[in-house]
Amino acid sequence: MSDFRAMLASPYFNVSEGFFPNINLQDGLNWAEEFIQNVVIPRLPEAVAAHFPVELGTVLVMFGCAGIFVGVFPLLPLFLVLAERKVAARFQNRTGPMRVGPWGTLQTLADGVKLIFKEDFIPPQGDKFLFLLAPYIIFACSFAVFAAIPFGQNILVSDFNIGIFYIMAISSVIVMGVIMAGWSSNSKWSLLGSLRSAAQIVSYEIPLGLSILTIVMLVESLSMQEIVATQSNGIFSWLIFRSPFTFIAFFIFFISAIAEVNRTPFDLPEAESEIVAGFHTEYSGMRFALFFIAEYANMFAVSAIAVTLFLGGWEGVLPGYDILGGLPGFVIKTLALVFLMMWLRWTLPRLRVDQLMNLCWKYFIPIAFFNILGTGIWGLIFPEDTLISTSISCAIIYIGLIAAYKVAGRSLAQRPAPQPS
Amino acid sequence: MENTQQTESKIIELKPFADEMVVNMGPQHPSTHGVLRLELKLDGEVVREAIPHIGYLHRCFEKHSENLSYPQIIPFTDRMDYVAAMNQNWGFCLAVEKLLEADESRDFEVPERAEYLRVLICELNRIASHLLSFGTYGMDIGAFTPFLYAFRDRERLLLLFEKVCGARLTYNYIRIGGVSEIIPLEPGSITEQNFLDEIEAFLDYFEPLIDVYNELLTKNSIFAERTTGVAVMSAEMALNYGATGPNLRGSGVDWDLRRDEPYSIYDRFDFDVPVAVDVPELGSVVGDCWSRYKIRMDEMKESVRIVRQILAEGLPSGPVMADLKAVRPPKGEIYFRSEAPRGELGFYIVSDGTPKPVRLKGRSPCFSALSALQELSQGLMVADIIAIIGSIDIVMGEVDR
Repeated sequence: MSDFRAMLASPYFNVSEGFFPNINLQDGLNWAEEFIQNVVIPRLPEAVAAHFPVELGTVLVMFGCAGIFVGVFPLLPLFLVLAERKVAARFQNRTGPMRVGPWGTLQTLADGVKLIFKEDFIPPQGDKFLFLLAPYIIFACSFAVFAAIPFGQNILVSDFNIGIFYIMAISSVIVMGVIMAGWSSNSKWSLLGSLRSAAQIVSYEIPLGLSILTIVMLVESLSMQEIVATQSNGIFSWLIFRSPFTFIAFFIFFISAIAEVNRTPFDLPEAESEIVAGFHTEYSGMRFALFFIAEYANMFAVSAIAVTLFLGGWEGVLPGYDILGGLPGFVIKTLALVFLMMWLRWTLPRLRVDQLMNLCWKYFIPIAFFNILGTGIWGLIFPEDTLISTSISCAIIYIGLIAAYKVAGRSLAQRPAPQPS
Repeated sequence: MENTQQTESKIIELKPFADEMVVNMGPQHPSTHGVLRLELKLDGEVVREAIPHIGYLHRCFEKHSENLSYPQIIPFTDRMDYVAAMNQNWGFCLAVEKLLEADESRDFEVPERAEYLRVLICELNRIASHLLSFGTYGMDIGAFTPFLYAFRDRERLLLLFEKVCGARLTYNYIRIGGVSEIIPLEPGSITEQNFLDEIEAFLDYFEPLIDVYNELLTKNSIFAERTTGVAVMSAEMALNYGATGPNLRGSGVDWDLRRDEPYSIYDRFDFDVPVAVDVPELGSVVGDCWSRYKIRMDEMKESVRIVRQILAEGLPSGPVMADLKAVRPPKGEIYFRSEAPRGELGFYIVSDGTPKPVRLKGRSPCFSALSALQELSQGLMVADIIAIIGSIDIVMGEVDR
């Protein structure tokens, strides 16, 4: 018991500074070494302590932390798949999976086990090497994104100074995996799906990047933690309310992000009714599961990025209310966006290829460029984020929303009324 | 490496042109509505040509019929348009009854009660059929939820059909000279009253939902983007291809056999025939996919109206079967057409006076509509092909027979 208290009292478990130990990789080596020196060695018998290999222990501790990271995040899709099925079921007057485990909570696990035992089919006419490689590229890239996302004050793998740039770069590599999967399957549906996907992801990366740029212009940093740090004064300091342009940028970002992760209404690469299953038509068993897991991990990742950039990251709604290092608040905000994505998926039909491209190139990219111009002017007028600038920004957003509602309402009223029968 | 090159050269040999991709859509494909196989010649995503190949569900219905007595053919008609099997039964029975009427020695009339039951059940069947069409069309366009809503409502209808004939899909309910008595609905009995009450409860539940579905899918702007102005079938083209039913009315031709050539007791009911008009708010022009789809949504309302009129009148009492000793039509031939949910269903029967037909031919509305696909789909995209197939609403069981 006293050991436990001593552990809590040690600086690495200091509740007042944040409940979680700092596992920041930049000074992680020092941290792990100090952890060995100050926490582990005093508890060992003296004979062992004298010969304890500190370097090896340091590396082991770091591997342990990495293990927690690698072990926890693949579980995330398990939860998200179940959530998606339950949410979809509620939208459709169903109950969803109910048989495996209480309220069907173990259904995804059972599905995973089933997928592991399924035949691992490799198309004999295809390119075997690329076929085997593609799922790993997609899987690895979608999880590598998590390395730069700050889940809380001290809960992040690394706060490197090009955080958001790294995320953009890594998530672009996914498209390579998609093309590899589609081409190596030697199936025409796969090829169509992968080319659709390539065109879509490359196109939507532009408005995505441009809307991130508006944030970078205001924060003057690419580091994720610094972006969060500028949003620490409660809800009205969140970057979405910083200027009317960031407000627009948020919507462009979010819609483009939905297109990036191939979800309805932009799920053309895997449009079931058109091209069977798109680029992963020929995959089965665990390789298919890797695509599936990567898809849901991606969905969580883009929501987490949207939260970090626009919705305050792990900072609370009120200043200072970042409980447990801000982790619960961050997860709640991210899951809210994930729910929004699910809501859209189970409500909307799918766009056609040309309409998808129209939306991107004719609307989003010009608006995003206009946003950058506007943000520049805004930054000139209000170099600092003050009460006045926030008030003006919120007022403009409010008026804009009312106007949009009126215009949309009028166009709705013009539609033919339902005929009473 | 050498191996790869060999396989590659093989693939190239199969290609007629280097830049044209030939894709087989179907017969196993999520949205070809059964076993339709389309040979798509693609230029990227653009369809140069879509050639439908049919026959995967061919069961020699017409040849079979030549070896069966007339009542034995009715279950085979169930398997034609299995989504609206009641209407198929009815179409066949109407033709045989017409043939029987030519025999002057025989004086028979389909009882009033049977006529009412036929209209009642067939209009409900029409709703069930259009609901399926609505649901699967939503799914083809990418919205999954309407499909489950449609099946939820269709389930209630199937339970009603189960009450009158014991089957959910292949009913064999309408017989030559009346309707089946296997599960009797005694006139004025509690069973009958419960049955009618259940139908009324369903209509009260379902009628407002049509507007909900219109809000959910029909007026959805993405749905409208995908379907309006796509694959416009002009009135002339529709007539040339012999498109009938909702496909014809979707092209702006005001033609419905129930009103223009009333058979059975349709002349006693008051209903409108929905015909497509331009809807500029959504960008729809007459004859596009959206118009064809919208006709079905409107027809469900009209069917509800007809059923409500029957419920208001109540079912007349009396027998449900005419007194036919044996079905042995006189020598002669007959072509009779009726308005099935997918269009004009015709049966051509040649009789030599024996209990079996010499020749029987079914005119399938889906077959005619499908023949227009090749012309409609030229120059469109792969996603549009799906939109067209869904909007002409084919059932392969009827195309192939």
